[in-house]
Amino acid sequence: MATRSVPLSSARDDDRLANSLRDAAIAALMVFALGFFFLGVRTDIAPGGLALTFRWGLLFSAVAIVFAGRLLLNLFVFKTSTPVTSRLADTFSGAGSSFAGLGKWLARALLIFAIVLPFFFTYFFPSKDRQYIDLAILIMTYIMLGWGLNIVVGLAGLLDLGYVAFYAVGAYSFALLAQNFGFGFWMALPLAGLLAAFWGVILGFPVLRLRGDYLAIVTLAFGEIIRVVLLNWYEFTNGPDGISGIPRPTLFGLEFSRGEGGFADFFGIPYDSIHRFIYLYYIIFVLAIITNLVTIRLRKLPVGRAWEALREDEIACRSLGINTTNTKLTAFSIGAMFGGFAGSFFATRQGFISPESFTFLESAIILAIVVLGGLGSQIGVVIASVVMIGGIEMLRNLGFLQHVFGDGFDPTQYRMLIFGLAMVLIMVWRPRGLITTREPTAVLKEKKRIGADMVAQGEGH
Amino acid sequence: MLEYFVQQLINGLTLGSIYGLIAIGYTMVYGIIGMINFAHGDIFMVGSFIALATFLILTSVFGFVFLPVVLLIVLIIAMLFTSAWGWTVERFAYRPLRGSFRLAPLITAIGMSIVLQNFVQVTQGARVKPLPPQIQGGVTLMEGSTENGTILVQLSYMQMIIIFTTLVLMAGFTLLISRTSLGRAQRACEQDRKMAALLGVNVDRTISLTFVMGAALAAVAGLMFLLLYGVIDFYIGFLAGVKAFTAAVLGGIGSLPGAMLGGLAIGLIEVFWSAYFTVEYKDVAAFSILAIVLIFLPSGLLGKPEVEKV
Repeated sequence: MATRSVPLSSARDDDRLANSLRDAAIAALMVFALGFFFLGVRTDIAPGGLALTFRWGLLFSAVAIVFAGRLLLNLFVFKTSTPVTSRLADTFSGAGSSFAGLGKWLARALLIFAIVLPFFFTYFFPSKDRQYIDLAILIMTYIMLGWGLNIVVGLAGLLDLGYVAFYAVGAYSFALLAQNFGFGFWMALPLAGLLAAFWGVILGFPVLRLRGDYLAIVTLAFGEIIRVVLLNWYEFTNGPDGISGIPRPTLFGLEFSRGEGGFADFFGIPYDSIHRFIYLYYIIFVLAIITNLVTIRLRKLPVGRAWEALREDEIACRSLGINTTNTKLTAFSIGAMFGGFAGSFFATRQGFISPESFTFLESAIILAIVVLGGLGSQIGVVIASVVMIGGIEMLRNLGFLQHVFGDGFDPTQYRMLIFGLAMVLIMVWRPRGLITTREPTAVLKEKKRIGADMVAQGEGH
Repeated sequence: MLEYFVQQLINGLTLGSIYGLIAIGYTMVYGIIGMINFAHGDIFMVGSFIALATFLILTSVFGFVFLPVVLLIVLIIAMLFTSAWGWTVERFAYRPLRGSFRLAPLITAIGMSIVLQNFVQVTQGARVKPLPPQIQGGVTLMEGSTENGTILVQLSYMQMIIIFTTLVLMAGFTLLISRTSLGRAQRACEQDRKMAALLGVNVDRTISLTFVMGAALAAVAGLMFLLLYGVIDFYIGFLAGVKAFTAAVLGGIGSLPGAMLGGLAIGLIEVFWSAYFTVEYKDVAAFSILAIVLIFLPSGLLGKPEVEKV
């Protein structure tokens, strides 16, 4: 018996090897077909028209890498000839759902770290503290935007692809108020939020009847309309040149400047430009925390419960007497208001804004953060922002790769390419986002965690 | 100013044909799996880059000079290779998420769009690629005089080719959907995917082929865009994609004649807006139309109203 089983299993092995080889060959052939016109050929502007350069080396090394990689994956990781992509979803689904139990502690640890973060960096990385705190400010801005959008998409289930419009309204409100009326940051901040909320109602009102993908595409259109108007209304917004000289925020009237009457002078400490960064960090930190607390509170109020009910079933909502118009409009306007706050913070941080900063790509990044984090999950947004935004910024520092690939290699070029790939892969890996369990807001007797697949998400029903 | 009007009408129909061809890809995919294939505009961009490279290879490496044959080969190669891209995008980013919740494929579609744009930017450079006009000349249809001199209404050969090709493709396509077994399978999947699968339709294959067909038509649009405007870059896909999607929605999403009609409407609106109002706000016009149509006519011009079952 034993002697018979050996050839059988080796025959199966041969079969598997043959299948794997065939699959790898098909993948390599696909890469050749896809890459031929992009990796193999390059068109460049040359005197007298376009010139062609052939890059066979690049093309064939790409094909070879894919062939070898696919073969090794098939033989050793997946042990099958079925494609990697469809396996990926099966292999990982369900893994890591123990995240949620850690959620509370993780949140507390992150909060404490966020509070001490500027001092942590100035103490341990004094040479690079500016860079790290700047990165922390950027990540915190996206966390705030993610939390703001989470109200609209995660709680109320209204898919908004034009969130950047409110960010732009906030930024331009502050910039124009400062330029024309000499407003400071703290005076303009509430006004910017109000104006953004107002625009949220204006844009929200006509789209109330739409649902799902249609809503998404109309909000995208609104986002683009606002950008095009900002770009072309030269007299008002200064068009593509943008607005510069936006005032920096002050601490109760103290400016973060060198010399008499500045922050350092007032407290009698030596001037350091890092003070301004630390101050900016705390502003956005507090704004983000306010966003989070307001969201958490709102979820316990009738309006928050109405949002979640709306997300689950609009018809049931209506038959229970919930005013869906008001519910949707409040979600839109509150989400927009936080976008507006973040926008005016962005303006004061940069000191310069132009329509360039408010493209569709920004909306896509914010939405990706919300969805990748797990819709409706506050901690998920934090994790997704750190991973995605921190990840792209880290790619700027990959200078050592130049030694590997030669001087012509510029890693920053590949940032967005890698960002896009990461977005696709994370989504395929965990379609429901990183944090997939929910704490129900309203409970009968006892709290039970529910899986995210029990929850309707962002489908705008 | 009848002459001016007629000239703009011709220009609008040409542009509208291109939008219509892209819109078909959106409308078919939406019809069959109910998702917005956000990367479709970028597939169109990929198609125009493939067309450009093929054209240069044929003319400068192989030394072909007879233009109709060159263009025909370019058309076929662009359709084939762009289809491969369409197939890969579906296989890689959408199929693993089949049956998942609806936002997931939308996010991967946006991700794929970013990937395609940046892949082309990295491999082909960020600068625009100009191609000198290949097809010149045309026929003069009307001649009128104004105080500024005479005004000619021209129908260029290029415009004729675009409109003619679009008509031929549309006719072929309608036949494909209405007469072949593949078309029947597609319509079956559109109505009820689960039932179609139970009755022996290979649903995955049908969906893949839908993406392939959409990509092939986008490649045609890409070639035409390249020949008509003579300039392409890695970013043309976004705006063309959004406008084509607008066209698909305007015509009633899921309806093929609707997509073509919507494309023509968007092309005409854009051209007339630029001609009679301002060029700067032409995109605003297209987007406003989208919003207005969706608000007052949510099922589009030729779409079936959605029946909601509780």
